[in-house]
Amino acid sequence: MAWFTFPADNLLCRCLGISITVWFTLLFVFIIMPAVLGVSFGIRSFYMRTLLKIFEWATLRMELGAKEKNQELYKPLRSEPEFEMADIFYFCRRGVESIVDDEVTKRFSAQELKSWNLLTRSNYNFRHISLRLTVLWGLGILIRYGVLLPLRVTLAVTGICLLLVLTTLVAFLPNAELRSYLSEKVHLMCYRICVRALTAIITYHNRYMIFSNGGICVANHTTPIDVIILANDGCYSLVGQVHGGLMGMVQRAMVKSSSHIWFERSEVKDRHLVAKRLGDHVADKTKQPILVFPEGTCINNTSVMMFKKGSFEIGCTVYPVAIKYDPRFGDAFWNSSKFGMVSYLLRMMSSWAIVCSVWYLPPMNREEGEDAVQFANRVKAAIAAQGGLVDLIWDGGLKRAKVKDVFKEEQQKLYSKVLVGRLSVH
Amino acid sequence: MGSRASTLLREEEIEEIKKETGFSHSQITRLYSRFTSLDKGENGTLSREDFQRIPELAINPLGDRIINAFFPEGEDQVNFRGFMRTLAHFRPIEDNEKSKNPTASEPLNSRTNKLLFAFRLYDLDRDDKISRDELLQVLRMMVGVNISDEQLGSIADRTIQEADTNGDNSISFNEFIKVLEKVDVEQKMSIRFLH
Repeated sequence: MAWFTFPADNLLCRCLGISITVWFTLLFVFIIMPAVLGVSFGIRSFYMRTLLKIFEWATLRMELGAKEKNQELYKPLRSEPEFEMADIFYFCRRGVESIVDDEVTKRFSAQELKSWNLLTRSNYNFRHISLRLTVLWGLGILIRYGVLLPLRVTLAVTGICLLLVLTTLVAFLPNAELRSYLSEKVHLMCYRICVRALTAIITYHNRYMIFSNGGICVANHTTPIDVIILANDGCYSLVGQVHGGLMGMVQRAMVKSSSHIWFERSEVKDRHLVAKRLGDHVADKTKQPILVFPEGTCINNTSVMMFKKGSFEIGCTVYPVAIKYDPRFGDAFWNSSKFGMVSYLLRMMSSWAIVCSVWYLPPMNREEGEDAVQFANRVKAAIAAQGGLVDLIWDGGLKRAKVKDVFKEEQQKLYSKVLVGRLSVH
Repeated sequence: MGSRASTLLREEEIEEIKKETGFSHSQITRLYSRFTSLDKGENGTLSREDFQRIPELAINPLGDRIINAFFPEGEDQVNFRGFMRTLAHFRPIEDNEKSKNPTASEPLNSRTNKLLFAFRLYDLDRDDKISRDELLQVLRMMVGVNISDEQLGSIADRTIQEADTNGDNSISFNEFIKVLEKVDVEQKMSIRFLH
């Protein structure tokens, strides 16, 4: 019945229309216009004050009511820390979890490989699986020990001999400029021979970041070969302890033609002396940049551990470099507690190859208000991010030393806070 | 490193450990390689120093008590069987195990055995009772120097008062179970073992 609904419809529409108009007018006048003009009527603060008055009144009513009925409105505060016997479960579980797997100890042994690269040393579950695989492995041994190893040993010996002879010769030259120029060439040449002796296939990234003088180059440390890999691409002044034997001869020869910083064992402990020598070297703009490995020990290339702050206190520009080895071809990590230097070199020379990537990162300076430790951590984070390594705060020195008690005291303090903090929850 | 890991663990041993602890084959081999990596002396057993070399365990306030739980009374070395037997306490309780074989002896990771492990952490002299002194000592280990002697003493007193039902001023294992009956022990004392 169209004509029956029509008037009612009309009325409904009209009511709706009026209310909507009123609604929008109010909105416009009281909220939008003042907002546009930046004027306030004080409606919101009035609203807030009213609400507060209502809340106070309500609380008062509740408390009166509770008092009449003699009920507790709030739970009483206890003045003592709350201990539960179940608290021990937390420490227990954390402890056993760290026994089953922890972040630190696995950095000091070679990483596990998912695929097998035909070297028994990198496979934990080597069993006789099939004839073909064993034959392939046998062939691999033949090639590696019969062909590659003698070739590499010859190259290495040639490289070292040339280094010794040529640097001694260059040292005799009177002209300082010619001497430094030639010594650079000699060093680079010998390092290139050594790199081929290891069949190291290196990819350098961002080579435009390479710098010439007056700074410190820091890198993560996996093996002593790091030095050869970096020195292959630029001339650095090395820092290290004085060794005896063959290493010592090489060190003395190198010093004759270019400046390196070799410390006596006793001097290493004296931090000020170390810092002074580094500082002097850096200040001299004609000298090459210094190469430092702030971790202080070899880590297995899955993570970067705490950087020692010594080199970051000197106050010069730091050039970070990230080195990442590809473990599929041969594990470059030197586990110094398991292998001596000679057996390590033999293992290196009988692997398939050493494949690695080197990234040169933009230079970093210490910022205002940053202390040496924070600066070191910042550089460490940059290196870890570039190399795809885990950034750990643990000290690489934990390889040999015990962890300091101060960390346990931290844990105890945290638990005490939890105990005392429980009373505020109740 | 190398092929040592599997050749020293025979299949029969793996089966025995599987039956005793309930771990799977791959979990046992994985834990065996962890065991060997912790065993710096390479003599097939772990000493207390081997455990303390784990930094995250060394900074745990109850680290020494947990390490102690691995070693049977009076011994200083734990072999792989003992290692697994202790770790088995932390295996999560699976639903299908609850109904299986009710006549068999209680599995190592049952609720009671988990509680027994925790009880033994408190019970320093292994006399099956937690005395006020023992509770104080463990509390002191957990809080270090941050809470005073008197406060610690009153915490210990209150805890024993609430738990002790037979009035001997110490907590027996049954009283311990009663105190923790509402706590989700199964979840708090289990860790995920990767397959």
